[in-house]
Amino acid sequence: MLLNQFLFLGAVLFCIGVYGVITRRNAVMVLMSIELILNAVNINLIAFALRNGSVDGHVFALYVIAIAAAEVGVGLAMVLLVYRNRRSIALDELAEMKG
Amino acid sequence: MFGAEVSGVAEVVQAYGWFLENAWIIPIIPAVAFFLIIFFGKKLPMKGSELGILSMLATLFFSAMAGWQWIDAVNSAPAGSAMAPVIKSWTWWTTGGFDFTIGQHMDGLSLTVLIVVAFISTLVQIYSVEYLHGDRRYTHFFAALTLFSAGMMNMVIADNMLQLILGWEIMGLCSFMLIGHWWEDGANSRAALKAFFTTRTGDVGLLVGTSVLFFAANDWTQKTLGVSGFSIRGVSAWALSGDPSSAAITVAAVALFIACIGKSGQFPLHTWLPDAMAGPTPVSSLLHSSTMVVAGVFLVARLYPVFWEGLNITGSSFNLIVVIGGITILIAAALAFVQNDIKKVLAYSTVSQLGYMMMGLGAGAWLPAVFHIFTHAFFKACLFLAAGSISHSASHHSFDMKKDMGGLRKFMPITFTTWIISTLALCGVFPLSGFFSKDEIIDNVGHNGYTLFMVIGLIGAFMTAAYMTRATYLTFFGTPRGASAGEHHDDDHATDHAHGDHAHDVHATHDAHGAHDSHDSHDAHASHGPRESGPLITIPLIILATLAIGAGFLNATPFGAGWENMKKWVEPSGAVISTTGIEEAHGGAGASRIVYLSPQAEEGAYSSPCGKETPKDGICYAPSISHAKFKWSKGALSLAIVFAGMLVSWFMSVQVFERKNRALAGLTKRNKLLGAGHSFLVNKYYLDHLYEKVIVRAIAHPIARGAYRFNQKVLDGIVNGTGISVRNTSRWVYRNVDQKVVDGAVNGSGAAAQGAGSALRPIQSGKVSQYGALLFGAAAIGALVLVIINT
Repeated sequence: MLLNQFLFLGAVLFCIGVYGVITRRNAVMVLMSIELILNAVNINLIAFALRNGSVDGHVFALYVIAIAAAEVGVGLAMVLLVYRNRRSIALDELAEMKG
Repeated sequence: MFGAEVSGVAEVVQAYGWFLENAWIIPIIPAVAFFLIIFFGKKLPMKGSELGILSMLATLFFSAMAGWQWIDAVNSAPAGSAMAPVIKSWTWWTTGGFDFTIGQHMDGLSLTVLIVVAFISTLVQIYSVEYLHGDRRYTHFFAALTLFSAGMMNMVIADNMLQLILGWEIMGLCSFMLIGHWWEDGANSRAALKAFFTTRTGDVGLLVGTSVLFFAANDWTQKTLGVSGFSIRGVSAWALSGDPSSAAITVAAVALFIACIGKSGQFPLHTWLPDAMAGPTPVSSLLHSSTMVVAGVFLVARLYPVFWEGLNITGSSFNLIVVIGGITILIAAALAFVQNDIKKVLAYSTVSQLGYMMMGLGAGAWLPAVFHIFTHAFFKACLFLAAGSISHSASHHSFDMKKDMGGLRKFMPITFTTWIISTLALCGVFPLSGFFSKDEIIDNVGHNGYTLFMVIGLIGAFMTAAYMTRATYLTFFGTPRGASAGEHHDDDHATDHAHGDHAHDVHATHDAHGAHDSHDSHDAHASHGPRESGPLITIPLIILATLAIGAGFLNATPFGAGWENMKKWVEPSGAVISTTGIEEAHGGAGASRIVYLSPQAEEGAYSSPCGKETPKDGICYAPSISHAKFKWSKGALSLAIVFAGMLVSWFMSVQVFERKNRALAGLTKRNKLLGAGHSFLVNKYYLDHLYEKVIVRAIAHPIARGAYRFNQKVLDGIVNGTGISVRNTSRWVYRNVDQKVVDGAVNGSGAAAQGAGSALRPIQSGKVSQYGALLFGAAAIGALVLVIINT
């Protein structure tokens, strides 16, 4: 079973995602990176589901996809609002959350 | 124990009509309609009344079909056999291993009452469409009427006591809602409360009686018939089986009869019924003349074996039911003479007629009493609706005969004719329905050895004829007075007695309250003179008057046995019935057959031991009752008494009300003895004073005062003492615990949080990517820790 390869792919994707979230200035790119992270998780879930011969992992993956869609919807709406207010979606310019 | 072979048992099992088998649907229809009206009624084009009328028409159709199938089955039964009632039952709920059932018990009695209820309800709902047109709670009125019918029908078809109580209580609730329909007026809501509490007083008896019956009968019924001690059929058989101890069954019968006293307005709990006339007239017609008050009579008729054995009806000439019935006849009839309100006359007349039914049941005249339920429903409903028609169209919502009526026969020909027919039927004039039922009651009461009560019945007939003649004279003859004379409405405002203000007065004192709004439009363009009512009011009147003429021929004893159809269809067989075949008769949900049970002995005058001695090889379901033979000499005597009453009353009415004869008019004011009698009657024998001022004060006030004292001294002492000690404790706590310990802790943690906050503040940079880095970094450290721990 090629479990290790799947896990490796998942880990790589995850790292790329994390890198994107931390370094990218463009909010849309950050959202895409979050999608990568979620898909890395999906790969892991399905890989383990195949190994264990159980359907639970598939179900979880489906849930993750559904929730990811919702999350992207909310995220894009926020990005759109930010853009309307500031004519820019550069994240490093947003410091209103400073405590 | 009943295993002995019984000769001559022939069982005929026959397939059997759908409507009769499924009669349990009948109460469900109006119950469903009630919820539909409540939820959707206001959005419908006729504000929900069409749902009520449709459901009533459906129940009328179903019950008429069921009745037809029953008659068909009885007619095709082989000679000498008895019909078993159509019983079905399902488990309602189970607790402690005991099944409470719900089901149907259809026999002649329940079908008779069912058809009457469905029929009168239908007509009353049609009548109400016009009578309450424009009322502010029009939809709720129809909802309550429909639910009321559902409750009554459920009670009538009940196969066990619990289901019967359910229907009984639904009726009590609905009568409260309907009597208090115009609750803005204090008098109406007081009347509603009075009706509710008075009948509740009696209902305690129903619960006690049912419990006593259950605990006394359950063992026997389970063993012999396989049904619970709540089953009406089981209890009936048990009562006649010789198993019950005389104490238990007497207590049960007395307790149940107390419930009937309350519901059926018998002395001494009759006081609520005349006050209940505060409700709209259709309500009076439906609830307080022909259906609800009949519930008590129905209960006695239904559980007749219990009363038969418990009160020893056959062996004496004196028992509780017959005494109460006899007293009720006389006192209510006497009260009807001093009423000025036309509806109150009818109310006391109803009380008096219910007295006849009870007296009949108490003296063993079961069939005549049940027949009187049937005939009385038609003519009394007709009289009430005619009174409503008068107030609706002629007297401006007033019911005062002396002030606002008189001479109406010229203006309201249809109302007048139907009123006269129903009055003659009520008085018991020969070819009309009242004669056949009331005369039978009086006749059979005498036949069964209750001679004193036969005399009371005849005196009651005299009084009935007299007070109805007085009311008829005041309403339809003589000169028009008050509103009926076309007097302008505003003239009445000075007198306190007037019907409410036309336009906006919320607190109208009389009947048509919300209905006023609609009448403004009438009155605005029409003259104020009396006129005939519209077709929605007159057509029910005509139908009811026709039945008041014709209903009596269903059991016209004077014309011979061939005319006694009611006896054939309704009276249960008082024959000993072998226990074989009982299983089928009591079949469960799937039972769709009827079993004719051949009686053991030939039925005839007292040839069957049922009701007199313990049956040996079988079971009795009903006592065997002998019937008096009709004699024209007796009929002529009671007719002569009725006509005498009418003539005397007519003469007196003309002298007193029209000619103002010096010798007679105002006699009560001049003669002290008569005056005392008059005010005794006007004050309703001071029973209301007794209940409200004496009994309620004697019982409720000391309790209230004691409770108040207990409240002030004991409870307040405890509360105050607790309060003081709590105050002292809390002062100490405040000084020591609160100020020092708690405040110290709070201040300390506050300072700590402040320090930590200012230390961590730089992390809150506001940069999302930094937050992300921290998050993932922390997650990575967490994952690392997890891995290290697990390996």
